[in-house]
Amino acid sequence: MSAIAAHMAGIVIRINVQVGDAVQPGQDVVVLESMKMEIPVQAEAAGTVRAVNVKEGDFVNEGDILVELEG
Amino acid sequence: MIIRKVLVANRGEIARRILRTCRARGVATVAVYSEADAGWPFVREADEAVLVGPPPVAQSYLNIEKIVSIAKETGADAIHPGYGFLSENPTFARRCREEGLVFIGPDPNVIAAMGDKVNARRQMQQAGVPVVPGTDAPLPSVEAALEAAAAIGYPVMLKASAGGGGIGMQVCRTPEELKAAYGTAAARARAYFGSGDLFLEKYIDEPRHIEVQILADAQGNVVHLFERDCSVQRRHQKVIEETPSPFLTEEARQAICAAAVTAAKAVGYVGAGTVEFIVDADQNFYFLEMNTRLQVEHPITEETLGLDLVALQLDIAEGKPLPFTQEDVTARRKGHAIECRVYAEDPVTFLPAPGRIVAYEPPGGAGVRIDDGVAAGLTVTPYYDPMIAKLIVSASTREEALARCRAALAAYRIEGIKHNIPFLQRVLDCEAFVQGRYTTHLVQELQPQEQKGARQP
Repeated sequence: MSAIAAHMAGIVIRINVQVGDAVQPGQDVVVLESMKMEIPVQAEAAGTVRAVNVKEGDFVNEGDILVELEG
Repeated sequence: MIIRKVLVANRGEIARRILRTCRARGVATVAVYSEADAGWPFVREADEAVLVGPPPVAQSYLNIEKIVSIAKETGADAIHPGYGFLSENPTFARRCREEGLVFIGPDPNVIAAMGDKVNARRQMQQAGVPVVPGTDAPLPSVEAALEAAAAIGYPVMLKASAGGGGIGMQVCRTPEELKAAYGTAAARARAYFGSGDLFLEKYIDEPRHIEVQILADAQGNVVHLFERDCSVQRRHQKVIEETPSPFLTEEARQAICAAAVTAAKAVGYVGAGTVEFIVDADQNFYFLEMNTRLQVEHPITEETLGLDLVALQLDIAEGKPLPFTQEDVTARRKGHAIECRVYAEDPVTFLPAPGRIVAYEPPGGAGVRIDDGVAAGLTVTPYYDPMIAKLIVSASTREEALARCRAALAAYRIEGIKHNIPFLQRVLDCEAFVQGRYTTHLVQELQPQEQKGARQP
């Protein structure tokens, strides 16, 4: 199991995956916005989405787990 | 007319900066603030403060009708837009005028004309201000491209008309390279953008970003307040600025400043404005754009000339003629000034870093000016620009200014959030900056690990 964490504090503006989706390394899974910038958060490893812990509009802190993968 | 009450349609450090000048003139002030900015220094320091809306900018600092109605309700007779937000919005400037409010800035038509980059380029070309040489229409063939490149001079940049974000751009240094690149570039442009149209532009090898401050009154007098070198940039945003430019020769300085005055006169400019140029390794300069507002880095001009640009903006808005000639300005100029922008961001990846400021102690002393908007205990939110403060140092020479700047950065204490002071220190210590031989590529060369994929929408 691996987890995809926010690398900065910001607001979740887009979620590109759902539970059950297969993701590839480098794929943008969530897009965060902070201070006039949009920053994609990418999967580091391949896997299947087990959980999405945030919804659009949520405020997240650096290090918060956004998406959990298995496989 | 006399301006008695100013509404400041902005936030943070620049709102505070404008309030300070108003207070010194005995002008009453109104601040507008979003829910995210309640309790910030600029809100406390205004004579009156009115909540404008929720945090998102569309509902607060960009809400034209709400801001105009607050100005009417509070009896303000003028609005200062600062920079960013509504400062270059012709609709806002027009609405102010319709409501009988003085918009502190140029005519709405001038804002609109300079906001349209294609039109601005054409107007400057007609006025005899140099623009980056290039082809205006799509190239019909490789032969036409070779002919155009010979006229422009190598190196050239081959660009897809429909391109953007660096995709479909290729530098060609010889006719052979251009010939080889043409076919693949056209095919790639067709595949990516659905159009194979290409055009050529002169490629500036070692670009510097140098801008000239101008001031123009309603009587038609225009002066320049010399240049600012703004070549230290990350993500096309300025980080450190200085004046005089360590790169320009005296001859080039006179020419670029004269071109800025020509540009301002050509568009009938009134107020404070800035003409931005890209300058190549041989000191050739080309018009980039005109900023029709107060610039973030205006304090370095103020420090080397002993002027208050906001006060001059108010004077011009009141219809007063400029109080000095070009010779007077030149005689006032002394010393060197450097500005460092303090951003709430990671000093390595440049990723935004909002959060609560636990401790905040800015430096002080001779030649050290802090224009900031924050205080200990406040939370820097993700809704607005990451810039929280500007450190401006001045001294009689560049060397002294650098030393003073290093000492001030070392003494600057900000805790609780990540900030870019370690990065600013790296720039000030690097060989290229110390020697004044840096280009807009400096940050990339110094710190290639900048976050990829980040973009400003």
